[in-house]
Amino acid sequence: MSKYDKITTNAVGREVPQIINGKEAVPFMGVGKFKPTGRKYAPPISSCADYPDDGNKVVASIREALIRCGIKDGMTLSTHHHFRNGDLVGNQIFDAAAELGIKNLTWAPSASFECHSPLIKYLEDGTIHHIEGSMNGALGKFASEGGMQGLGILRSHGGRYQAIQDGDLHVDIAIIAAPTADAFGNATGDQGSAACGLLGFALADSQYADKVIVVTDNLVPFPCVPWQIHGNYVDHVVVLDRVGIPEKIVSGTTEITKSPDRLLLAELTAQFCDETGIVRDGFSFQAGAGGTALSIGVYFAEMLRKRGMKARFARGGSNKYLVQMLEEGLVDYILDGQTFDLEGVRSMRENNNHLNTSPFTSYNYHGKGNFASMVDVVILGATEVDINFNANVVTHSDGYLLHGIGGWMNCLFSKCVILPIPLFRDRMPVIRDQVTTICGPGELIDVIVTERGIAINPLRTDLIDKLKGSKLPIKTIHQLKEEAERICGKPALPVLSDEFIAAIKWVDGTVIDAVRKVIK
Amino acid sequence: MATIATTGNKGKGIRSDCQLTLEIRQSGGIDIQLVSKVKSMYGESILRLCNEILKFYGITDARLEIEDSGALEFVIAARLEAAVRQLTGSKQEFLTEFMEQNKYQTAKDRDRFSRLYLPGNSPSLMINAGVHKPNGIILDLEDAVAVTKKEEARYLVRNALRSLDFYGAERMVRINQVPAGLADLDFIVPHNVNLILVPKCESADQVKLVNKRIDEIRQEKSISGKIWLMPIIESAAGVLKALEIATSENVVAMAIGLEDYTADIGTRRTNEGTESFFARSMVVNACKAAGIQAIDSVFSDIGDMEALKQNVLRSKALGFDGMGCIHPRQIKVIHDNFAPDEQEIDKAKKIVNAFIEATEKGLGVVSLGTKMIDPPVVKRAQRTINQAINMGKLAPDWRNEFLTV
Repeated sequence: MSKYDKITTNAVGREVPQIINGKEAVPFMGVGKFKPTGRKYAPPISSCADYPDDGNKVVASIREALIRCGIKDGMTLSTHHHFRNGDLVGNQIFDAAAELGIKNLTWAPSASFECHSPLIKYLEDGTIHHIEGSMNGALGKFASEGGMQGLGILRSHGGRYQAIQDGDLHVDIAIIAAPTADAFGNATGDQGSAACGLLGFALADSQYADKVIVVTDNLVPFPCVPWQIHGNYVDHVVVLDRVGIPEKIVSGTTEITKSPDRLLLAELTAQFCDETGIVRDGFSFQAGAGGTALSIGVYFAEMLRKRGMKARFARGGSNKYLVQMLEEGLVDYILDGQTFDLEGVRSMRENNNHLNTSPFTSYNYHGKGNFASMVDVVILGATEVDINFNANVVTHSDGYLLHGIGGWMNCLFSKCVILPIPLFRDRMPVIRDQVTTICGPGELIDVIVTERGIAINPLRTDLIDKLKGSKLPIKTIHQLKEEAERICGKPALPVLSDEFIAAIKWVDGTVIDAVRKVIK
Repeated sequence: MATIATTGNKGKGIRSDCQLTLEIRQSGGIDIQLVSKVKSMYGESILRLCNEILKFYGITDARLEIEDSGALEFVIAARLEAAVRQLTGSKQEFLTEFMEQNKYQTAKDRDRFSRLYLPGNSPSLMINAGVHKPNGIILDLEDAVAVTKKEEARYLVRNALRSLDFYGAERMVRINQVPAGLADLDFIVPHNVNLILVPKCESADQVKLVNKRIDEIRQEKSISGKIWLMPIIESAAGVLKALEIATSENVVAMAIGLEDYTADIGTRRTNEGTESFFARSMVVNACKAAGIQAIDSVFSDIGDMEALKQNVLRSKALGFDGMGCIHPRQIKVIHDNFAPDEQEIDKAKKIVNAFIEATEKGLGVVSLGTKMIDPPVVKRAQRTINQAINMGKLAPDWRNEFLTV
């Protein structure tokens, strides 16, 4: 089987393969254009007759659980990134599979981290054929240099739910690492030494995988409540000494940035939201856990406090600043997709208005709506943006694949998408003629905030009108690009191979771009 | 004579800089080894620049190792020039582009609320300094540069004056203490420095030496345009000579440096500043007597914005017109609190309006209600109005609204 075949040009002018790892793939057709027909994927029917009446599904080891799940060559195994860089489970699964001599597995993590770099050896020896998920850091470098046998596939969090639901990504065995679980397989993330808040990224896998294994280091007597993962989906439970390293899962302290340049970006962004009337009583927002995004949240809080207003909901990753807003009454609800610090975990456990959400409720594009599109303003990052507002989050300007997509693509459907980014990083201009990889089409990206000026997408005439007479440094994206090049010089384009190493799937499962191999 | 020179910086936390090791050889041509995080984008252009510089100095055989962390061209050029001149003793200058937007003059009495200190040998801190909109940017050749790096910092500061966009901030350099600091002037005077800070100043004679050397360079290079001076008083001796220093030629502002001053008088600096009350009052009074601006010392706790605010308010109350800052976050606090407040603006509006009305009516005397207004009060009110307009606290056409109310 070849990695890919049948190259065509998609609706954003990118060359993409139509056959990926032997399977058909639809090229990107435009936002909202591809509407699949048919029915969702259905997992096999189970019978209680095959499960113990006493509900005890504990088996001795990961190895035994994999054998009982019928692991064999060519299967797809999935894991999740709730433990972020503190995950101790992912690598053990493939250690066990390799010991069993299994080959050609597909690894489908919801995201990978630096701690998963040891898996490179299994990509080299053929235990793992390719990754469908994010390829970060060392794994990204390995993939970029052509090390992987199959073509990597990157999806957004919502795209992963969509792909599993639609049957595009069939999971044979899902392994869900859980901070707390009972012997029946009910599991939760809000307690235990590896507490991570929620387990939302594993929802699709629990619902649609053929077999499901829960791995925990904190087995409690039935019932484990809340049952974020329903034991009724679970085949086996494995108990380990440790599933994660707490200090690498959630930080005790997420801090707003001290960098004056990033604070300036945050200040300009907050001022933009204020002058355009986005910050108002009852508005909603999403801001990530990065230093700049945290600071923007703090500015929002200040504005709301000063004016006696409150936000209706904040979506996305939770942290102590958001929790403070909730507890101070500056926001009614936190719709949490990923909990970044211990304050977030505590709040989720104690506060009924701090809700755990999943890619199904927030992001899935093949559903009957999702939360992300209802958010008034979202603050996102990017490695590059081009003069048509297309943006890249996965590759660097030298062509290396180094980041996952996360919820980024899904958030582009918010009512106002703002990217606060420096005009250049060291000497690397962020605004380019063309992005190395398109992850988001420009029509969905509204505002670029840099320390040297703010560019508004010409499609957003409403925002442009609202800022007539404003003192904010409004410029065109072309002016920003020219300024970056005046300072840094005009960058040479990376020389990349013709060969693809990964495909980027849009929220509807179509292929929006493909990443090329770098020439060392 | 040495054949190997190393310049610049590398290592953890170093960004937008490079370290070069140049070895001049007898034969073998030019061999350049480049390690750079931006090699795929700028590798060719870095090699082109280095070859051009080596050719400029007539070097045909050399090995050059570059470890680059994303340095801009003017930085690379400064590092290589420093290495070449260290090895060859050449006096030739390899000058980078002089940006048109850097060719402006500054007025004697412009606002100098904030002036941001930047270490003269740290390019990463320089690049975005202007976007934080301080009134002045100081490239520091004195205390913020290690003794062993003094020489290479001069090339970097010179190139920055030419090729780094200051975004309208007053372009300042702090030279080393006179007389050693006189040698710094060759690197800054021909490159449109607006204002030179003269540190540890203790007499009018020192200022004279600076003025004399500036004039010599200007004649040599036939340069026109004003270069202002801001002496810094940092010792008991300096405090006692404050008036003669403040009244020296080209001095538009005088600052006090409290770290050195408190050490000199054998005490410790406190937030309340009782120990320096006399010195600060001397500086303020000397400045006001000389008709120049009085500038306060930097506030060194960059984490405590509330303490900074209190410091600024105390400073303004004593009569200072501005203060130094060592972190861009301090700029806004300094501007907001040195700026005229609502009460001051209201009063100034009434005075300026009364003055305009009196002039229109051809009256020689300005009065407000039953009170006569003296010319210095009008002048001060006009200055307050201008500051308020500059800082966006007052519309330029404020009189329209003022008259209709």
